[in-house]
Amino acid sequence: MQAFILRNILQRLVLVFVVSVLAHSVIHLAPGEPSEVDPANPRMKPEDIAKIREAFHLDAPLYMQYAYWVRDLASGELKSFKDSQPVLGKIWRRFLNSLPLFICATLLVWTLAFPTGIQAAIHRGAVYDRSTTFAAYTLISVPGFFLSYIVILWVVDLFGVPVIGLKTFGMDMAPPLFQTMDRVWHLVIPSLMSALGGMAILSRYVRSQMLEVVGQDYVRTARAKGAEEDVVIYRHALRNALLPFVTMFGFLLPGLIGGSVIFEQIFAWPGLGRLGYEAILARDFPVILTLNFIAAVLTLAGTLLSDILYAVVDPRIRTGLQGDG
Amino acid sequence: MEDVVTKDPAQSAEELPPSETPWQESLRLFRKDRLALAGAYVLVLLLFTAVFGKVLTEWVVVFDPEVVRLPEKFLPPLTFSSTEEVPAHDRPFGGIYLLGTDELGRDVFARMLQGSFVSLSIGFIAVGISLAIGILLGGLSGFYGNVRLGLVTVDTLIMRFTDVMLCFPTFFLILTVVALLPPSIYNIMIVIGLTSWMGTARFVRAEFLALRKQDFVVAATSVGARDRRVIFAHMVPNAIAPVLVSATIGVATAILTESGLSFLGFGVQPPYATWGNILADGKGFIFDAPWLFFIPGLAILVVVLAFNLVGEGLREALNPKLRRR
Repeated sequence: MQAFILRNILQRLVLVFVVSVLAHSVIHLAPGEPSEVDPANPRMKPEDIAKIREAFHLDAPLYMQYAYWVRDLASGELKSFKDSQPVLGKIWRRFLNSLPLFICATLLVWTLAFPTGIQAAIHRGAVYDRSTTFAAYTLISVPGFFLSYIVILWVVDLFGVPVIGLKTFGMDMAPPLFQTMDRVWHLVIPSLMSALGGMAILSRYVRSQMLEVVGQDYVRTARAKGAEEDVVIYRHALRNALLPFVTMFGFLLPGLIGGSVIFEQIFAWPGLGRLGYEAILARDFPVILTLNFIAAVLTLAGTLLSDILYAVVDPRIRTGLQGDG
Repeated sequence: MEDVVTKDPAQSAEELPPSETPWQESLRLFRKDRLALAGAYVLVLLLFTAVFGKVLTEWVVVFDPEVVRLPEKFLPPLTFSSTEEVPAHDRPFGGIYLLGTDELGRDVFARMLQGSFVSLSIGFIAVGISLAIGILLGGLSGFYGNVRLGLVTVDTLIMRFTDVMLCFPTFFLILTVVALLPPSIYNIMIVIGLTSWMGTARFVRAEFLALRKQDFVVAATSVGARDRRVIFAHMVPNAIAPVLVSATIGVATAILTESGLSFLGFGVQPPYATWGNILADGKGFIFDAPWLFFIPGLAILVVVLAFNLVGEGLREALNPKLRRR
């Protein structure tokens, strides 16, 4: 087991290196530089551009730029091109903003998708199954911002739910209780909207997993020995259907950055996705690069975690490992 | 000798029940799935619309999407064009705006027609690219996986690279690259294609690994068939089912991705109209001219839904495990 974990970690360290090189070269090989953001500006003289390029090491060869980036990132001194703020600090502040949204959305996804999917699988082909199937596909197929705009139109007038930002402007002097409530209130619609798509996809997975398991011999055996239907479904079937979802944890974390760009833009949520979007607009290479890199590292960490969890949960894999040596 | 040859097929025809080829069986199963069948009809209709749209907006200009008629902006759907304010050659076909006009007085129906071809070709070309890469890499890895290149095998090399690509948050990566590259419709297609082949590569590899051990492939190899023949005549036709499914769903995803990019302002730039950028432009007029927002939004929803339903129907119809239930 330890050898397995160690080997996995080593493999992933190599991957981290490859990922960082790839991310770096993709961004630097693409045309367009921070110095060209404002070419129409008459005050930008060639010597100014040369100065900027030198200050950001943009005139150095690519491998040197990579080395500079790694050095600065490792020492925590990586500065944004845009405002010379430390990149890691910027990302950390935005991360704290994104986190509640991410946690709420994830909780919604996982708590609502499972019951829906399980029920659909149990009543395969019935009205409930067909209507949730159709609803799920509709949610998967609708452009996220289209649905969000419709919901905003409908919900703001009806319930007066805030849909902009993460708190009401000017609430800083209010008692802490009100401030907290205000923040929670602001979370409702954004987290619900960003959860819908994931909910639809996950409930389909749950359904197909349950269908696969419900036909197995041990479920029939459980029924045959007279176990109650609930016990059969939730103890015998569901436990085995849960296995593959362990792997999904791995792909949960990077959603923190990639999945949120559009929704944070819609709801003016100052989180990581918006930071990335703003950085792209400003050609702020250090921020873009570091965000991509962090997302990739998070994915690798997630898959590592899920591989280990899988080995812990599924005895078949464990014995297979021992067989390997 | 002749006796045996003539007798044998007749005998087997009497003994065996009337059988159908696997494809016929799949087709029959597909037809039973009403949602998928409805989706298929929508897609056929869409294909016609796209082709006619291309013909009627660009080659034989019946509906001109680019005519600007400022006196007639923001007309709701099914309004007649007033004859005195617009010169005769600028009037829409039949003198009626079927889907209204936008903020420049352009005919929304004509723009949607033009957009249907562009949106669809983005989907198809992006998926074509991703399939080509996915099948090539997956096939190489599955068939020639054991070949060693120096220290590592082909399989390790390709699958590690796939892992690296899977690490990046797809949408954020697409956004980064599209934003950094000069705006062009081809860049969008290529970038979406280049960032979405990993799933295909993985399951083509899995299929190939499984197929290589099948008797008919072993037999073909042992009678001395060349690799090319084994791969293209024997293995590819048997591995094509999941590819078909993922291609269908891939087109849907590409159309959604394009609309998401349009929302963020990095989609297909004018003069091309796509459903995504009509929708993104329309969001600014959601109160004044709701049809500019709802028509493209619903069109995207219906088409993407159709692709998803057809994909899912194919998955069920082509999956031998789910048959006979």
